[in-house]
Amino acid sequence: MEIIKVGMADLAVAKSPHKLITLGLGSCIGIVLYDSVYKIGGLAHIMLPSSKEIRNNSNKAKFADTAIDILIDKMLSLGAKKNNIRAKIAGGSQMFSFNSKSDVLKIGERNANASRKKLSECRIPIICEDCGGNYGRTIELNTKDGSLLVRTIGYGTKII
Amino acid sequence: MNIDNLNSILIDVFKEIGNIGSGNAATALASIIDKKIDMAVPQVNILEFKHVTDILGGGEIPVVGIYFELDGDIEGNILFILNIDSAVNLVNILFNRQKENKENKELEDMDMSALSEIGNILAASYVNSLSSLTGLTLKISVPSISIDMAGAILSVPAIEFGQLGDKVLFIETQFEEDDKLVIGDLFLIPKMDSFKKILEKLGVSYGNN
Repeated sequence: MEIIKVGMADLAVAKSPHKLITLGLGSCIGIVLYDSVYKIGGLAHIMLPSSKEIRNNSNKAKFADTAIDILIDKMLSLGAKKNNIRAKIAGGSQMFSFNSKSDVLKIGERNANASRKKLSECRIPIICEDCGGNYGRTIELNTKDGSLLVRTIGYGTKII
Repeated sequence: MNIDNLNSILIDVFKEIGNIGSGNAATALASIIDKKIDMAVPQVNILEFKHVTDILGGGEIPVVGIYFELDGDIEGNILFILNIDSAVNLVNILFNRQKENKENKELEDMDMSALSEIGNILAASYVNSLSSLTGLTLKISVPSISIDMAGAILSVPAIEFGQLGDKVLFIETQFEEDDKLVIGDLFLIPKMDSFKKILEKLGVSYGNN
């Protein structure tokens, strides 16, 4: 079994029994897709809600909208079937709080909303999520059964 | 100006900016805790996002992050990061606590408040020296403190850069207390358009960059 590490603005897909992990999600979102029939999983670590708002958008894994498209394509080419794919999302917290006008600090919430919207456009149901709060998360997808381990500092560990 | 093709002269200028700012910050820290503080040569880190989480030794390492918004003529952020052990040692030195407390790694409200204030003093001395060097007006926000995974804390400045490009630029200085009880990193993370203002004020030509 291999553990494949996904960095910030990065994505990867894997077949059972490998694991996909991303460390220290803050305001970013970990988008996890899983086909439970063929046991194929995908994980994207996105930073921003939409590629349409940004001029320099060549890194597709950075944005919720473009990353989800690529993730689905990559999973299909590994043999997954679109109808089997279910999603889980985690992250989108607000690490620091300021009374400022800057909406950058609310980016976590915007990222989560953009991910939900894009997944619903792709007709992929979100079966569970762990978003918001003010703490970081490490997530690990086990492609054997599609379980997602969410690890935090001070907020416990759970499997969703 | 683009992060991807900065020439070595510009990198040196950024290092020097870091040097002047953090030199003052180190002096401030030394006089608060009345200990000798060593400072490393500032590093200019230009990283792809996927490597950002690794710079503090791993994305999951728990750290204390004290974050400031930098405002005024130039915009950006200042981030002061301590690992948990250093943070505990720092407040123990500050409150003159005995070493028996060392096992106690819990930071209480009072400790958090003290750490925020230390961050505040360091950030203020950093921007003050930058301000007197460049003649630019700089302001910092009140501190915001968070104890969490290094990756999650660094994602905040990374996202700011994410709106402009695919790389992050950090000017990083490492501090070390004489007995290595306290090791901290101070990051200056300016927005790219603000660099031009700094360079113009310093009379550095940035050519076609």
